[in-house]
Amino acid sequence: MTYNKRLDGRKKEELRKITAKVGVIKNADGSAEFQIGNTRATAAVYGPRELHPRFLQDPKKGVLRCNYNMMPFSGMGNRVRPGNNRRATEISMVTTQALSPVLDLTQFPNAGIDVFIELDQTDAGSRCAGICAASMALADAGLPMKDLVCAVAVGSVGGTIVADLSYDEEAYKEEPVADIPLAIIPSTGEITLLQMDGEVDIETLKEAIKLGKKLTKELLKVQTDALKKKYE
Amino acid sequence: MLKIENKNVVVPGELLSEGMDYLPSHGTYREGNNIRAQKLGLANIEGKVIKIIPLSGRYIPKKGDTVVGKVIDVLMSGWRIELNSPYSAVISLKDGTSEFIPKGDDLTKYIGLDAFIVGKITNVTNQSLVDITLRGPGLKKLSGGRVIKVSPAKVPRIIGKGGSMIRLIKQATDCYIVVGQNGYVWLKGEPKEEVIAVDAIIKIDAEGHKSGLTDEIKKYLEKVTGRKLENSEVENTEGDTNDLQ
Repeated sequence: MTYNKRLDGRKKEELRKITAKVGVIKNADGSAEFQIGNTRATAAVYGPRELHPRFLQDPKKGVLRCNYNMMPFSGMGNRVRPGNNRRATEISMVTTQALSPVLDLTQFPNAGIDVFIELDQTDAGSRCAGICAASMALADAGLPMKDLVCAVAVGSVGGTIVADLSYDEEAYKEEPVADIPLAIIPSTGEITLLQMDGEVDIETLKEAIKLGKKLTKELLKVQTDALKKKYE
Repeated sequence: MLKIENKNVVVPGELLSEGMDYLPSHGTYREGNNIRAQKLGLANIEGKVIKIIPLSGRYIPKKGDTVVGKVIDVLMSGWRIELNSPYSAVISLKDGTSEFIPKGDDLTKYIGLDAFIVGKITNVTNQSLVDITLRGPGLKKLSGGRVIKVSPAKVPRIIGKGGSMIRLIKQATDCYIVVGQNGYVWLKGEPKEEVIAVDAIIKIDAEGHKSGLTDEIKKYLEKVTGRKLENSEVENTEGDTNDLQ
């Protein structure tokens, strides 16, 4: 049996419902909230500011530090242990790497920019939601960046290529599943994040990435509208 | 070919123009034949030049700026000043006071810790080491009053075209007001009027991206103070955003 009908009734290339808002945290220099389906990420940017500990300072350019955190109650009812863990550390790192290519921090030698991404509600695709929120928050903070970053998960369930997997699809038992989070710079089509969990053959992977690039347009529109709405 | 209109809000990466008809300036970059935005802000088209007026962002020290800062440390021969910026500044002994300071004297006798000052930036190095002087007209150690923080991107609006906005607030409240380019604003006056001035400045900070703000603030101040305010020299408020730099 092939996976033809999606568990939540979406079309194969359909994203979950997205809402975005900018300027949600008044104390921060920039902030944004990005919700896709039941996954909600809030990002706050502080800086550029003096960077401590000092050994992290770079006299050539500013340093970007991202921190990804799932709140204890954010899961499916089983408490997520608060604090850093292997998974959060990894996602913080890949988020930093996904956002660095668009930022121009040469104007801020020795300074640091902190991005805090908090998830109060998660249902797969949290790192992508985090990256979308963070890129909006960085723009809101007035930092020089050549483009926004759009992130979305694509994947294959039983050989069928689908967009934006939900948790139920990710954990689908009857067919092999591959989950591929992607981050893309829309103006150039460059990929800044590409991870994969599961099994996939090369042709399916190529198709999935193609789909991801197609979806960036939709995401970019949501992000752009949210940023402009703040100044209406 | 232009893709946006003058004074549009643009986001990073947004296509501003195609082809070589226009020139990229502050906050924009050229990519192949296209000009794209590098910051969130208002697009400003002057002749063939496109630039972006930022709507947010931290203060980056610039030579010649008048700033309000706080003394955070006393050094061997000077004071370290916090500027609401990623970089702190230094006032050297010579630039701090004209008094004679004996060798080894306690510098907090002249300017103490936590004091606020209004100074002028004399030098900024490539690595953003900043020097400030207190020698010059209007530059001094501040005493009394209060300091509030606003977004540095809105400072040009608070000052207004040729100082029109700030003159309006001073007229309405009889406060002494110093607006630092770094987003610190110092006010001193009667407590009640200080509060009115603070409210007006916060209002400008929140609505700084709108046009016709001077009139709105004038009406607001006339309402709360009950005074009739003179018309300031600025005739058209349409071009208000032009003096944002």
